[in-house]
Amino acid sequence: MPQTPAQPDIAELSALIEAHLHLEGPLLPILHALQAAHGHIPEAALPLIASALNITRAELHGVISFYHDFRTAPAGRHVLKICRAEACQSMGATGIAEATLKKLGLDWHGTTTNGAVTVEPVYCLGLCACAPAAMLDDRVVGRVDAAKLDTLLAEAGA
Amino acid sequence: MKIRVPMDSAAKALGADAVADALRTASEAAGIDVEIIRTGSRGMIWLEPLVEVEIDGIRHGYGPATPADAAAILAGDSNTALGPVEELDWMKRQTRLTFARVGVIDPLNLDEYAAHGGLSGLRRALGMSAEAIVDEVKTSGLRGRGGAGFPTGIKWDTVRLAEAPQKYIVCNADEGDSGTFADRMIMEGDPFTLIEGMVIAGLGTGATKGYVYIRSEYPDAIAVMGRAVETARAAGLLGDVLGSGRIFDLEIRVGAGAYVCGEETSLLNSLEGKRGVVRAKPPLPALEGLFGRPTVVNNVLSLATVPVIFEKGAAHYAGFGLGRSKGTMPIQIAGNVARGGLFETAFGMPLGELVNEIAGGTATGRPVKAVQVGGPLGAYFAPARFDTPFGYEEFDGQGGLIGHAGIVVFDDRADMLGMARFAMEFCAVESCGKCTPCRIGAVRGVETLDRIRHGDASAIPLLTDLCATMKDGSLCALGGFTPYPVLSALEQFPDEFAVPRVAAE
Ligand SMILES: Cc1cc2nc3c(=O)[nH]c(=O)nc-3n(C[C@H](O)[C@H](O)[C@H](O)COP(=O)(O)O)c2cc1C
Ligand code: FES
Repeated sequence: MPQTPAQPDIAELSALIEAHLHLEGPLLPILHALQAAHGHIPEAALPLIASALNITRAELHGVISFYHDFRTAPAGRHVLKICRAEACQSMGATGIAEATLKKLGLDWHGTTTNGAVTVEPVYCLGLCACAPAAMLDDRVVGRVDAAKLDTLLAEAGA
Repeated sequence: MKIRVPMDSAAKALGADAVADALRTASEAAGIDVEIIRTGSRGMIWLEPLVEVEIDGIRHGYGPATPADAAAILAGDSNTALGPVEELDWMKRQTRLTFARVGVIDPLNLDEYAAHGGLSGLRRALGMSAEAIVDEVKTSGLRGRGGAGFPTGIKWDTVRLAEAPQKYIVCNADEGDSGTFADRMIMEGDPFTLIEGMVIAGLGTGATKGYVYIRSEYPDAIAVMGRAVETARAAGLLGDVLGSGRIFDLEIRVGAGAYVCGEETSLLNSLEGKRGVVRAKPPLPALEGLFGRPTVVNNVLSLATVPVIFEKGAAHYAGFGLGRSKGTMPIQIAGNVARGGLFETAFGMPLGELVNEIAGGTATGRPVKAVQVGGPLGAYFAPARFDTPFGYEEFDGQGGLIGHAGIVVFDDRADMLGMARFAMEFCAVESCGKCTPCRIGAVRGVETLDRIRHGDASAIPLLTDLCATMKDGSLCALGGFTPYPVLSALEQFPDEFAVPRVAAE
């Protein structure tokens, strides 16, 4: 089971938010920093951000929900992104992705039951000349086939 | 012994890090003194990881290399040997202006950058008035490389002439189009050229602050750009620009996985910390852009081409190209191709030459069925249209667009109705939701294509009608251009949209 993350410390969250307040347009940098530190945007941070930036909770929700990257619940310990875009399709990405999801018993955005890996679609990784492409956390992989994906998933503990 | 191994993410995706490690280990084992330098990629992605061994000042290539090849590469008898890299056909056929240094230098070595012509454009610009700088860009004929092809000098002039306490240069590094990776390769392979271009843009327009908005899908580019900005600041390229008393500084910002944030007004909203919805134009960003201030929004390639224009002169740059498409274009060849990668050439090369000669046809060895040019909003071109020369007007005349100059090749197994459906699906997923033709139209488009797939011929006129509405009624090119791939597939491959005939009417 995924571990329940420890309740984030309010003072720590505030410090992280404050560290970005000198920037012009600090909201996205704040959200990225929170997600980098906690794996998602902790609920407890929301009122703090809203008050620090003088925006409503609704506005904040609007921003967080607009962007595909931001999550309000933890993902698996690793995130595997598989490219679905045209250049990768031309090299058979669709079939490879479908087979992988089926083997894991997941839909897109799903997380393996042991909490190891979340599988996300991505639309182009800029690796279109060595398609199909995938990315495990920040590690890029080109010319992906079923065997390479299996190795990656095994490494990630899926 | 100097050995270069790319750190470009395509090279890494094909194992370059492991090759670099193996070379290090093998050289220690053999007791050879080796300096391993990480560079950008030359753009020959089918040869990556491409190792370059320097002998008497000439770089000899080995690729695609695996860790197992390391010892033989050091001994000079590897069967991956390609000969001098500069003599390879792919290199010799190019005109590398924007990409002159990519794959050649250590991307984060500012001295090497300067030794290869870097900063000389900026030094020249520092001696010119803002008006003269903008005129130089106008004379070069440079047009926006992000897709729309708007003349860069005219955009800059609008910002130059606007009066405001603060102006901005925003670099659009959102590069979301499938089949494109030139921005990424510049940022990973020659980041100082982008920084230099932005500084010159600042001098020409009176902007003192810049942002580079990089998509989050590019962690390597984000890291390299971040380090390059720190180095540039420490070396006085940013801040008080080369001690001239003129100020320009910049910050890296990271996107959050929204394709539409590549659209300039959506990008500005995102930088401001808002939902990345598209703004209605006018006002133009050049007059009311970031935080309402006059703002240049330019693509990475547009800005990264500015230094060479100032280094070699506008006339030199304008001397290349075709008609109103002046200079060179870093063309990205991708998908199902034997030789994929980055190929910079003067505008004008026919599409078929790029696909069949340069790229060598498909990777699978099957016939080419169609190529999509210009990303997910670009039209499909069947081989019947392969004589189209690579240029803005020429592609427009064929109902297509060059966009960010990505070419994605498909073999004869491509399902064109499926590709049309994907275009609509992508638009539905990525729509910012502000205008109805895009938000609702794309969803209806998927449904309509499914009806056609299931044999409902009456849905074809509905599809063309829907596309007309999306074209005319959308606020930006996401909804407005999604009909390009859809209709081009329908026009050129009508059989695949035909209703399966039911026996005996
Ligand atoms: C949906 C959509 C996505 C776009 N994505 C990008 C992008 O990723 N990079 C880019 O430079 N321009 C992109 N553009 C074009 C920009 O709106 C704008 O024209 C460009 O950044 C201007 O710079 P340029 O004149 O140097 O091309 C996109 C446009 C649309 C409608
Ligand atoms: S389309 Fe998959 S990496 Fe570009």
